[in-house]
Amino acid sequence: MSLWTMIVKMSEGLGRTCAIFFLTLIFALPLGMIVALLRMSKNKVVSSVTRFIISVLRGTPLMLQLLAVTYGPYYLFGISISRNKLIPVVIAFSINYAAYFAEIYRGGIESISQGQYEAAKVLGYTKAQTFIHIILPQVIKRIMPSVTNEVVTLVKDTSIAFTVSYQEMFTIGKQIANSQTSFVPFVVAGVFYFLFNAIVDFVMGRIEKKLDYYK
Amino acid sequence: MILELKHIKKSFPYRNCEEKGITDHKDGDVNQVLKDISLGVEPGEIVSIIGPSGSGKSTLLRCATGLETPDSGEIIYEDGANFGLVFQNFNLFPHMSVLENVSDAPIRVAKKDKKVAIQEALKWLDKMGLGDRGAAYPCELSGGQQQRVAIARALAMDPEILFFDEPTSALDPELTGEVLKVIKSLADLHIAMVIVTHEMAFARDISDRVIFMDGGVIVDQGTPDQVFESMNERTQSFLGRYKSGNW
Repeated sequence: MSLWTMIVKMSEGLGRTCAIFFLTLIFALPLGMIVALLRMSKNKVVSSVTRFIISVLRGTPLMLQLLAVTYGPYYLFGISISRNKLIPVVIAFSINYAAYFAEIYRGGIESISQGQYEAAKVLGYTKAQTFIHIILPQVIKRIMPSVTNEVVTLVKDTSIAFTVSYQEMFTIGKQIANSQTSFVPFVVAGVFYFLFNAIVDFVMGRIEKKLDYYK
Repeated sequence: MILELKHIKKSFPYRNCEEKGITDHKDGDVNQVLKDISLGVEPGEIVSIIGPSGSGKSTLLRCATGLETPDSGEIIYEDGANFGLVFQNFNLFPHMSVLENVSDAPIRVAKKDKKVAIQEALKWLDKMGLGDRGAAYPCELSGGQQQRVAIARALAMDPEILFFDEPTSALDPELTGEVLKVIKSLADLHIAMVIVTHEMAFARDISDRVIFMDGGVIVDQGTPDQVFESMNERTQSFLGRYKSGNW
């Protein structure tokens, strides 16, 4: 198989790689905020349970979580495994990344000074207004570097979908590598991920720059 | 009366005594910061509260503005009266421009028409000598300018009573004057003002009434002349340190 054929075949999986990437972000970014708010709840039971769940999700491999979400329903309840592997992949990735985003959000929210809440309270802002219009914009700016880190990691983590044979770019590359007994597909995969992350870096850099209008 | 405080009591438990180097108390001891304070403020009246650090001045303002809940006592505002608070550390919203800082609450909270709110905000900024800085962000301003924005922000909510919590304590001496000057310029607006301050000359100059607090109680109060010439021993001792410049 020529190098060009490998590239074309692997490119066909890039759409699925992008699907994992974007769907995970779409679900995990807001879900992380909900988890962060639960984690910071004044209710001790809610916050400790959330804290425990976060520590499990961060303390066990994403690969394991992906296997659990994909095959768990079959072994536990005899529910047949969904043909479309994208669904379990996105569920597992979203939950896992939400746990990481939650801790980033929490750090950001806790770094905002009490004075901001007090100023808002005295001016008569409701709690929801205070959070959405005063606190959140400042949090977003502060957490951008950490979020960029996670997003870069997510690009590379999409390759973990090969464990459930979801036909994304890396899975196809691995199949070609096996059938052709060649290392070249892995090099191609590496280049793809590197280029993907170059775009991520560029976009995130632009967003950070946009938020640079104040200190 | 625009505001009446009746028998306000507030205590805090001591915490982390060791870290803070507090030796005469242990964790869990109760620090009675306000011991039965009663105080009324008339419309348009300017009241200064002076006293040593830890005498409960700031806690009193925080109780009056709802940032702390008193253990007991009553806080009664005249029907429909708004209050504003100017903080020691300004607490401007860093992500909003100066104009947004001043106009956001009137638009979002007081539901004023956007155009009207912006016009009023510009008017207040102008009165603070910052008419041309509306587009700037707080980080681009000096401390004195930031505090003047904070005053404009409080005024834009049309308060009948405005509290100042040591408004110049975080400022360099050369910036203190400009802030005191704008506070003084508010006297003709007939907004009641309650000012916690360490600026004795300012307090004497601007106030209708001066209150001297120490140890969580009002020790002395009256016209500036009455308090500054008081025969009360504790007042004299506090003011004596101020007069000799020996803090």
